[in-house]
Amino acid sequence: MRPPSALEALRVQVRQIEGRDRRATTVLPFGIAAVDSRLPAGGLPCGALHEVAGGGNGAIDGAAAALFTAGIAARTRGKVLWCLTRPDLFAPALSQAGLKSDRVIYVEGGDEKTVLACFEEGLRHGGLGAVVAEVARLPMSASRRLQLAAEGSGAIGIALRRWRRQTEASDFGQPTAATTRWRVSPLPSTPLPVPGVGRARWLVELIRCRAGESADFELEACDDKGHLRLPPDLVHRPGQAEGGRYSASA
Amino acid sequence: MLAADAAARAAGLRVGMPATKAQALVRDLVIQDADPAADAEALDRLALWMLQRFAPIIAADPPNGIVIDSTGADHLHGGEAVMLATLVEKLAGVGLRARAAIADTWGAAHALARFGARPGYISEPGKAASDVAPLPIAALRLAPELVDSLRVLGFEHIGDLLAEPRAPLTLRFGPELGRRLDQASGQIAEPIDPIRPEELIEMRRAFAEPIGAAETIARYIGKLAAQLCASLEDKGLGARRLDLICHRVDSRAQAVRVGTGLPLRDATRMTRLLCDKIETIDPGFGIEVMTLAAIATEPLAPKQVVSSLVEETEPDVSGLIDLLANRVGERNLYRLAPVASDVPERTMRHIPALAPETRAEWPGHWPRPSRLLAHPEPIETIALLPDHPPASFTWRGVRRRVKRADGPERVFGEWWKRDPELAAVRDYFQVEDDAGERYWVYRAGDGEDPLTGSQRWFLHGIFG
Repeated sequence: MRPPSALEALRVQVRQIEGRDRRATTVLPFGIAAVDSRLPAGGLPCGALHEVAGGGNGAIDGAAAALFTAGIAARTRGKVLWCLTRPDLFAPALSQAGLKSDRVIYVEGGDEKTVLACFEEGLRHGGLGAVVAEVARLPMSASRRLQLAAEGSGAIGIALRRWRRQTEASDFGQPTAATTRWRVSPLPSTPLPVPGVGRARWLVELIRCRAGESADFELEACDDKGHLRLPPDLVHRPGQAEGGRYSASA
Repeated sequence: MLAADAAARAAGLRVGMPATKAQALVRDLVIQDADPAADAEALDRLALWMLQRFAPIIAADPPNGIVIDSTGADHLHGGEAVMLATLVEKLAGVGLRARAAIADTWGAAHALARFGARPGYISEPGKAASDVAPLPIAALRLAPELVDSLRVLGFEHIGDLLAEPRAPLTLRFGPELGRRLDQASGQIAEPIDPIRPEELIEMRRAFAEPIGAAETIARYIGKLAAQLCASLEDKGLGARRLDLICHRVDSRAQAVRVGTGLPLRDATRMTRLLCDKIETIDPGFGIEVMTLAAIATEPLAPKQVVSSLVEETEPDVSGLIDLLANRVGERNLYRLAPVASDVPERTMRHIPALAPETRAEWPGHWPRPSRLLAHPEPIETIALLPDHPPASFTWRGVRRRVKRADGPERVFGEWWKRDPELAAVRDYFQVEDDAGERYWVYRAGDGEDPLTGSQRWFLHGIFG
């Protein structure tokens, strides 16, 4: 067996080739041990590109994915650039997820190409807390450019994938240069003792994670500060931390 | 009588009528002497006003027109059609009734604006000849005697002339007619001599040898921007609008206009903004002269920057905003601010991205969906009236059983603003189906009184 120092040296060498040591990576933890322990850096790395999509009908409307993204963006500092093609985002909901109206700047690009260009420009700038773009197609070369732009500036970039038709959603299986890939699908809400709809719950799947394994979590939706929460009936359930099914691809 | 508007024509007055006859038709008619010099001056003032707001290349087209080269400027206003509509609307706001048209050449646009049947017509590229064909020959900008003699020969429309062989026409009427015909049909272009205000801060660079390569253009943009910034600094100003005009050897001009959200006096950022648009410049056979002008300026005093250890400064994003605004148009870059209204689609308004912070938020005590459909979509429901949520509903052909629901949240029409909404009511429900997907549905009406709405159900939003 090789001594561990050789392995360590190899890792350093790989990191140098990847060019990831240019900037100390900061992370944005979710604040939930079960989730953060699955991410190699102990949280969502800043200065990286992440992909979020909705599951089921969410692939088209991207409603839960948008809120999940808003929750992440709300926990960053500084302004947030949100690039859209379809202006159907309802800002009061983002405000309820902790992303206040003064922080979000919206860009409506006419087509995907413009949106990707604006996305990259926002990531390169470096003065923004988070940059979000709603795109359907994310080719490998485009995602590589975005990832490099994010690495250079330290901004967190989130590609919110949503498609026009359900059949196009198979595109989510294609490889990209994104650091993590998430899928958020709505689950029945937390039961209340009275009739009514409780706090929303999501099945949050970490489909792909660079230098990490995939996992899935059942979480309660963002509160008014953008924090997710483990459902109270699951907190003490044994085996949650090491459980989790593996998703091979989308 | 030299001019008559719609009200005057309704009273029976016509241009060319003797003043005494007009006085006989209308009692207490006030007569003013024509003052062509003052008219021309007013037209110039109007052209200057447009120069600052609309496009870099603008000239007065006496006696009653203004010609605008819209290339390189329409992107700031969201396209040609929007720009034309805004222009006419703004003029109407100050009491001027304007007719406008966009076409390939000055001649075609001139004819279409004055004689075209549809106001605000936009002629497609290459279609100028067929668009001007049905117009009368008076639209050709010819001397009145020439028009009269053409009429005597039986020519009524431009199309009649276009169909004739050109040589006999030129032999009889001189070269002017052929030139005007070519200009109107988009065959030959006509340079516009742009109006320049006296106090304009403008830098100019003439080249001994015409330039054409993108890198060369970029280098000279950088040099001009540095000069312009030095000049702006002397005056304590910052630019809000920059015009780069490239005069080509074939005496056509290519213009680029960029706008900024805040007064700008940074040569690097100016260069970046202008270089982003280099691909829209067509150098043709080469560019002889480049001018860079600050069309709109605002005072910009040096500002003290906080450099303390405790106070953290917010990073400046105005550079990024300017870059994106020039790429996608100012209209497409915005922040959303709350509006005090209960009707969901009216609770937001667009404000400029760099507007001061409003610190206002939407009331957060009712859940709101993260996606709001642009138009509420009708759904088929089974629901107990008057105030129960639907037990099931069918949307886009899929039937969903409602497992849990919250509501109603009653929204009244804004009767204090709009009369038709006097009795209108919407009852909003948040419903969750078997699969856990949450939707925002409403019933138009209170479930009892037909006056309050159609009692039909609609789906308005999707919760995350």
